[in-house]
Amino acid sequence: MDQITPADEARPPVRNTPVISVRGLSKTYDGGFEALKKIDLDIRQGEIFALLGPNGAGKTTLISIICGIVTPTAGEITAAGHNIVSDYRAARYKIALVPQELATDAFESVWATVSFSRGLYGRPPDPALIEQILRDLSLWDKRKEKIMNLSGGMKRRVMIAKALAHEPDILFLDEPTAGVDVELRRDMWALVRGLRERGVTIILTTHYIEEAEEMADRIGVINNGELIIVEDKATLIKKLGKKQLTLNLQEPLEAIPTELSEWSLALKAGGAELEYTFDVNDEHTGVPSLLRRMSDIGIGFKDLNTRQSSLEEIFVSLVRRPQ
Amino acid sequence: MSETLPAFNTHGVFAIYRFEIARAARTILQSLLTPVITTSLYFIVFGAAIGSRIDEIGGVSYGAFIVPGLIMLSLFTESLSNASFGIYFPKFTGTIYEILSAPISAFEIVLAYVGAAATKSIILGLVILATARLFVPFEIAHPGWTIGFLVLTATTFSLFGFIIGVWAKSFEQLSFVPMLVVTPLTFLGGAFYSIDMLPPFWRTVALFNPVVYLISGFRWSFFGEGDVGVAVSLAATLGFFTLCLVIVWWIFRTGYRLKS
Repeated sequence: MDQITPADEARPPVRNTPVISVRGLSKTYDGGFEALKKIDLDIRQGEIFALLGPNGAGKTTLISIICGIVTPTAGEITAAGHNIVSDYRAARYKIALVPQELATDAFESVWATVSFSRGLYGRPPDPALIEQILRDLSLWDKRKEKIMNLSGGMKRRVMIAKALAHEPDILFLDEPTAGVDVELRRDMWALVRGLRERGVTIILTTHYIEEAEEMADRIGVINNGELIIVEDKATLIKKLGKKQLTLNLQEPLEAIPTELSEWSLALKAGGAELEYTFDVNDEHTGVPSLLRRMSDIGIGFKDLNTRQSSLEEIFVSLVRRPQ
Repeated sequence: MSETLPAFNTHGVFAIYRFEIARAARTILQSLLTPVITTSLYFIVFGAAIGSRIDEIGGVSYGAFIVPGLIMLSLFTESLSNASFGIYFPKFTGTIYEILSAPISAFEIVLAYVGAAATKSIILGLVILATARLFVPFEIAHPGWTIGFLVLTATTFSLFGFIIGVWAKSFEQLSFVPMLVVTPLTFLGGAFYSIDMLPPFWRTVALFNPVVYLISGFRWSFFGEGDVGVAVSLAATLGFFTLCLVIVWWIFRTGYRLKS
């Protein structure tokens, strides 16, 4: 439950075999809306993959197609080596889905509905396992309660319990923490980590970037039905991240001196701050030479700091980028 | 990864079947008592009060004559409402996502939902039959056929109900077909009279009513006599059953109103 531990440590290595393979997937809804445009995507065995995108980007459509709820217009998908259409039984046997919307059987008890899910997925009854799942999700005390009497957060837990009831190898979480309180969010993250340690592959969609930053091994950004980028989280931040050096000047400047025109500089705070943006990956960042040139022409500074752009800024710049 | 999958998802079928039966058990009053009371009222009004002033029909007292028709009437409406509600409600609440994403085939889904709905109607039909026996004395000429028609009709109308449940987009549409199509056709289809009692023109019109054949066959199994021959009745029932099967097959093939 400790959030300070870096997410990348203490995790088993991710193998490179794709557990889900999506090829040329397109979906055009009856009204003509093109929700997905030729998506290609490989999900690796045992990883946590975060699908990031604004509302209406196609995240839920993509997940729904893989899980069999929406029929694709074109494309091929395999899950755990099985085609999801021609060999749907074997594929779905491995997959579980926690959808975004709270959809529960109001009149059923928690125990009955979770046991129902296990049976529906073709597994024989296993009361000990159901008990364990309910205890893990703090639902044990509520097992005899009718679902309609539970709070929204509890219903969300019930839906997760239902998804885990058949011991899936691949778990889809569609916006798992949307509208969820802090406690449940932390429980959810702990649960996801625990599942990952057992080798479960997890694909989650989110528009909370902090969640992707916290949890994911790899990140895919989807916008307007297109996968813009799929990258290891660390690589993504490194590759697309910008660094900024801010210098607090001793004397405000009215304009950037021509002697400094070879650096990409901007004046901020009414000329009191000089901001230099540079690429993290450049071998020569230009910082030492900039500072030297500044002292040559007599511009002094009181203080300086650097900062690296967050995933959020990267995400916003990707999604806003003209297509 | 190499575990062998069963070719038939028995646990899945039973999960849905149990769920549907449990739903009826929760609403036992509505599911069982209401139809029994309604039918009893029919017997009191038509059988005892009015029936005593009506001549025998084909050697059968009027009170006994209406028994097969009344059972059929309940069988139609209860099969339709059970099966249509069973599949409509998950669509309405959104829990259908789980059925659609589970490793369960269309055949297994239909088997579970229609099987559960048919089970409930058959039980209901037998309870009404027992209730009727309390009001009027009658003998059943061909009990095997009675059960046969009961099962076939319950299954057919449960399939029909399943189709309505998939098709319906609102609770209003859900009750549209049972209320405005099936109930009138049943009343006009000889539940309370023999179509021989109609003037020749209306008798011909009545022969276009599919319900006439269903009731006639069932009545034949009771009294050895029906409006049409038993073979025709059986053929008509099987024909309707096949039609429903084809439509259900088409629904799952195209994902009609189940998947987008």
